[in-house]
Amino acid sequence: MVEKRPALSAAAYAILALGVAIVALPVYVTFVASTQTLDQILEVPMSLVPGTELLANYTAALTSGSERAASAPVGRMMVVSLVVALTVSFGKIVISLLSAFAIVYFRFPLRMFFFWMIFVTLMLPVEVRILPTYEVIADLHLLNTYAGLTVPLIASATATFLFRQFFMTIPDELAEAARIDGASPMRFFWDVVVPLSRTNMAALFVILFIYGWNQYLWPLLITTEESMYTVVIGIRRMIAGGDAATEWNIVMATAMLAMLPPALVVLLMQRWFVKGLVETEK
Amino acid sequence: MAEVVLRHVSKSFGKTQVIYDMDLVVADGEFVVIVGPSGCGKSTVLRMIAGLEPVTGGVIEIGGRVVNDVEPKDRNIAMVFQNYALYPHMSVRENMAYGLRIRGMPKAEIAEHVARAAKILELEGLLDRKPRELSGGQRQRVAMGRAIVRDPAAFLFDEPLSNLDAKLRVQMRLEIQKLSRELGTTSLYVTHDQVEAMTLAHRMVVMNAGRVEQIGAPLDVYLRPASAFVAAFIGVPPMNLLAGRVGEGAFTLGNGLVVRLPAGAPRPPFGAEAILGVRPEHLAPVGEAEAALTLTVETIERLGADTLAHGTFDGNPMVVRLPAEATLQPGTRLALGLVPDEIHWFDPQTQKRLDLPGG
Repeated sequence: MVEKRPALSAAAYAILALGVAIVALPVYVTFVASTQTLDQILEVPMSLVPGTELLANYTAALTSGSERAASAPVGRMMVVSLVVALTVSFGKIVISLLSAFAIVYFRFPLRMFFFWMIFVTLMLPVEVRILPTYEVIADLHLLNTYAGLTVPLIASATATFLFRQFFMTIPDELAEAARIDGASPMRFFWDVVVPLSRTNMAALFVILFIYGWNQYLWPLLITTEESMYTVVIGIRRMIAGGDAATEWNIVMATAMLAMLPPALVVLLMQRWFVKGLVETEK
Repeated sequence: MAEVVLRHVSKSFGKTQVIYDMDLVVADGEFVVIVGPSGCGKSTVLRMIAGLEPVTGGVIEIGGRVVNDVEPKDRNIAMVFQNYALYPHMSVRENMAYGLRIRGMPKAEIAEHVARAAKILELEGLLDRKPRELSGGQRQRVAMGRAIVRDPAAFLFDEPLSNLDAKLRVQMRLEIQKLSRELGTTSLYVTHDQVEAMTLAHRMVVMNAGRVEQIGAPLDVYLRPASAFVAAFIGVPPMNLLAGRVGEGAFTLGNGLVVRLPAGAPRPPFGAEAILGVRPEHLAPVGEAEAALTLTVETIERLGADTLAHGTFDGNPMVVRLPAEATLQPGTRLALGLVPDEIHWFDPQTQKRLDLPGG
């Protein structure tokens, strides 16, 4: 904004502050609840001053979970979630990089057909094909396994499409120069395409990690054992038993813990984002 | 080093033919420039020699070996691209070493090759920079360095200077000339800029619409263009071309204006349709009585070293090169004389040069 009018600035800040409050307040309440005892939380109105039980609640959540709901320790769930989110994001990136590379740089029969096949699946969310996918995973005896949790989520039309668009901006002469330099297609892929895609990979990783971490419906369907629950499912299980039976302090601590890794990924990768955006030049 | 030979080479993209029956022999160590307007197929020829485009018909030989089905990397050529095509994420050193590394050359030897190329191209201080930290001219030099380190049988240049500004282009042109003299490697150079072609080439190939119009030493091409196209394409400003019919001592243009032909000038037989060509520097102001034609000046370009006067004659644009000090202004009527030996004739049907005895 070029104009500098105090009233305008004040109004702008007020609106910003309101927006922040709307987003941050629930998180704050969750945090406060996670530092109180169950009795304190059930008081009406609930105190908005942090309590003294922070360490106790988080330790309890991490090591033993909600005992009343007989849940697994949250520590275990975090590990499962982490493995799922990482496998899904890396898997998606690898598969999409390779398929986009094939579609952009190779002439093979039915190339456009396959491209459109991939493109069309963009329009089908996981939920649409969830029953047949479940059937397949069940028949393959992959229920309650990491493979079952991740493999169906890995194929990604969106990421393939994104990489395809990026590859098409790489000048053809680069591939030709590499051919004359004697690089095989896969060598070109490793030495030129992958390094140039670093920024895109970082951006995608952030999005995909959050996507993988927040998966709800699919893990809910195919996990029946406590040990294979993800955090997101874990929270749901903890509040299964009605208001009085729920250990809200533990649930809130778990919610805070569940928010942590995605927030960390965003914070850490943000530096990469900016770096990549500034440096990118072809 | 090697000879590059094209025999009856043709190329089609689907049903569109872009190169027709091209023959060319580039001698060992020769610098040949392929020049022509956009879309004439000159880059396609280069890409076929590089192996980036398959050949539809005919044979390409490099160093006595037919390479039609040989991969680019095994053709022992190096190519310099218009947009440099440097690997953006690699340093200058890595860019130059990449091809050698793939070939499995020992590290020490690579370093030696890179150092030598960097010395020749004065890139020594820039070896650890990334391409984005270099100016256009430096990038172009790195692209040439990448070609030199390989010690190839032939260099292929695809419009290497067209992304540079005018001043740098002149400088790089001189550098390429010097470099090619020092290295003595067979070179094929594609450009649309006829000044580059004139200054760099041992021999030049003028192409138009997929066909070779003329192959020859630059001055021969300039002095004896083989077709009306070459006459108009080579030379700045281009040759003046006037279509008409040969009469008695005169040449009658379409709208009835007449060019008086000087005695002793070669001319097609009486009554023949022809195109008369004359270079702007071969039209000189003369007295009204001896004038071949009179041109009304419309615009004047003073270039310092000389002055260009533009006008139209019988509906044809014409340009005359005059001395710098020539006094004239728009509207001036210039009586111009022709030099008998500097008149070119072309066949209006085939557009080919007519070689005629003096008469």
